[in-house]
Amino acid sequence: MRKIALLSLALLFCLAAPSAWSSEAVEPPQKDWSFDGPTGTFDRAALQRGYKVYREVCSACHAMKHLAFRNLADIGYDEGQIKAIAAEYTFVDGPNDEGDMYERPGLPSDHFKSPFANDNAAKAANGGALPPDLSLIIKARHDGPNYVYGILTGYEEPPADKALQPGQNWNKYMPGHVIAMAPPLSDDGIVYEDGSPQRIEQYAADVVEFLTWASEPSLESRKRTGVKVLIFLMVMAGVMYAIKRKIWAGAH
Amino acid sequence: MGSSERANFKNPVVSWVDERLPIFTLMQKEYGVFPTPKNFNYFWNFGAIAMFMLVAMIVSGIVLAMHYTANTHLAFDSVERIMRDVNGGWLIRYIHMNGASFFFVAVYIHIFRGMYYGSYKRPRELLWILGVVIFLLMMATAFIGYVLPWGQMSLWGATVITNLFSAIPLVGQSIVTLLWGGFSIDNPTLTRFFALHYLLPFVIFAVVFLHVWALHVTGSNNPLGIDTKGPQDTLPFHPYYTMKDTFGLAVFLIIYAVFIFYMPNALGHPDNYIPANPLVTPAHIVPEWYFLPFYAMLRAITFDIGIPFTDVVIIDAKLLGVLTMFGSIALLFVLPWLDSHPIRSARFRPLFKLFLLALVVDFVFLGYVGSQPADATFLGLSLSYFGLAGTVYYYGFFLVALPWLSKNEKGRELPASIHESVLNQSKDAH
Repeated sequence: MRKIALLSLALLFCLAAPSAWSSEAVEPPQKDWSFDGPTGTFDRAALQRGYKVYREVCSACHAMKHLAFRNLADIGYDEGQIKAIAAEYTFVDGPNDEGDMYERPGLPSDHFKSPFANDNAAKAANGGALPPDLSLIIKARHDGPNYVYGILTGYEEPPADKALQPGQNWNKYMPGHVIAMAPPLSDDGIVYEDGSPQRIEQYAADVVEFLTWASEPSLESRKRTGVKVLIFLMVMAGVMYAIKRKIWAGAH
Repeated sequence: MGSSERANFKNPVVSWVDERLPIFTLMQKEYGVFPTPKNFNYFWNFGAIAMFMLVAMIVSGIVLAMHYTANTHLAFDSVERIMRDVNGGWLIRYIHMNGASFFFVAVYIHIFRGMYYGSYKRPRELLWILGVVIFLLMMATAFIGYVLPWGQMSLWGATVITNLFSAIPLVGQSIVTLLWGGFSIDNPTLTRFFALHYLLPFVIFAVVFLHVWALHVTGSNNPLGIDTKGPQDTLPFHPYYTMKDTFGLAVFLIIYAVFIFYMPNALGHPDNYIPANPLVTPAHIVPEWYFLPFYAMLRAITFDIGIPFTDVVIIDAKLLGVLTMFGSIALLFVLPWLDSHPIRSARFRPLFKLFLLALVVDFVFLGYVGSQPADATFLGLSLSYFGLAGTVYYYGFFLVALPWLSKNEKGRELPASIHESVLNQSKDAH
């Protein structure tokens, strides 16, 4: 009996173990994130700084089409700020009553404006490489937060025996090491108003925080709901165990 | 159905209905007083748990279908819309996504229970076969369901699996065209998969009904594997097993909830959060974990079978792999006849027990092999050799070990009755 119990446990653990990832990738450094673990939450200040990094740097090439300006309320912007941010962008809308398309300032209900009209335009502007949409990038990569942080901080000179083509860059943590994206961050490249260090590592950590929120906006409410559900289930299991014991007491 | 005796009900409304349609009598007979062996262990909870998971999948699936759009241009975005904009959408989707895994956990344990205690043996052969039909339907439904979010792994998993059918001689290519609804995996494939994914769970439900019906004709097996001999061996299903099942279910749900709320994507693949792209093949295509042992068997066959010393190929590697994979499930259908040993429970068959537990280890190992890239090595040898060894043991268990053990295993002495055995156990405990 005990053997069977052990075996089924072992089975469950094997099932839960994540399957191996591509063999040539270098494991990125493991950082402690504020959103890690069963009680982890987002750091609002880091989210807003991360959004600034995205807006000033990443958004030049990377779209985030699953996000709308109204979603920014989640990371601590108020209605007026969101309206102002949205209005900085111009969107084509229509047709109007005359049948013409027209331009108007963005509204909170608009989704983030993509930098390119379509994938082909994006490729043409980036030497043939397509900058991926970042809405889900954290969930679309194994160990997403550490991976993206690793890519953003992992640029180095290529080893002497590797010759790079124009438009190629060397990155420690990229599978295969060759990446089309030029190093996007540099120290003091973005001005932080809250006095946080203006260093590549800080920019990278903040934008990862923001991208993690973007790929899983329900993370905090999910964990909060989880606590309630687990407490309910544990109480229910306890009560059911007592009932079962009481009913079965006279059975043997 | 109408001729049997009716139960008495005090409530006049219940009584009025029951006279005209004896549905309350039926429930009373099949789930109230139904005589159930009194020595079940917790392995017997997993039938009820699997039933709960089926209902949970149907309910969450119907809600998802209200928001999902089966169109290759919109499917991925519609799932993201569910995750972001639909009230409670993330919860419903994570319930459904992880529910598939936990349905398989429950069913795999349920199948193991059936094998360990010989529940497939006379007179429960048909009950077992219906169970294997449910398992097959579940695999089809789960595979099709994984295609619907239209991520990279959806598209490429579908490509690999549907292409298997092209190995069938003569009609293979036509079957693939029919599955695809065209000459590549595209919108017609997605729409027909969605239609089938909505249909199949109800087919499963119907077969589950037959499965439970057959169970209520023969009665349940039990850990001793001996027949019940009278009322001293049994307890009414309610409240004894309704309450025990509810307790077991609550414990199961705790583990399920930990996955839903704290690691919802641990059992999935990150590539499925990348929209499907027919022009980019993922580095490493893997199916969901519950298919990995079968995937390993498929990939273990890398050789043709032909006439020795000539170039004549009778069965090529691809077809042989497909046959091996489907054959592994076909073996389950004939299991009641491969194992004709008169003793049911592995408790009284030490050799059978040993071979069966080795089969469990083998199956898990095959799962590991299936999860690795095709060119991976293990202890310096190509992993496909280990996949082949695992496959040989799997087949050997069913086709060699079971028939041999049926003839040659003596087995231990069986207890006289369930009642006596239970009494002795509680005496030992005091």
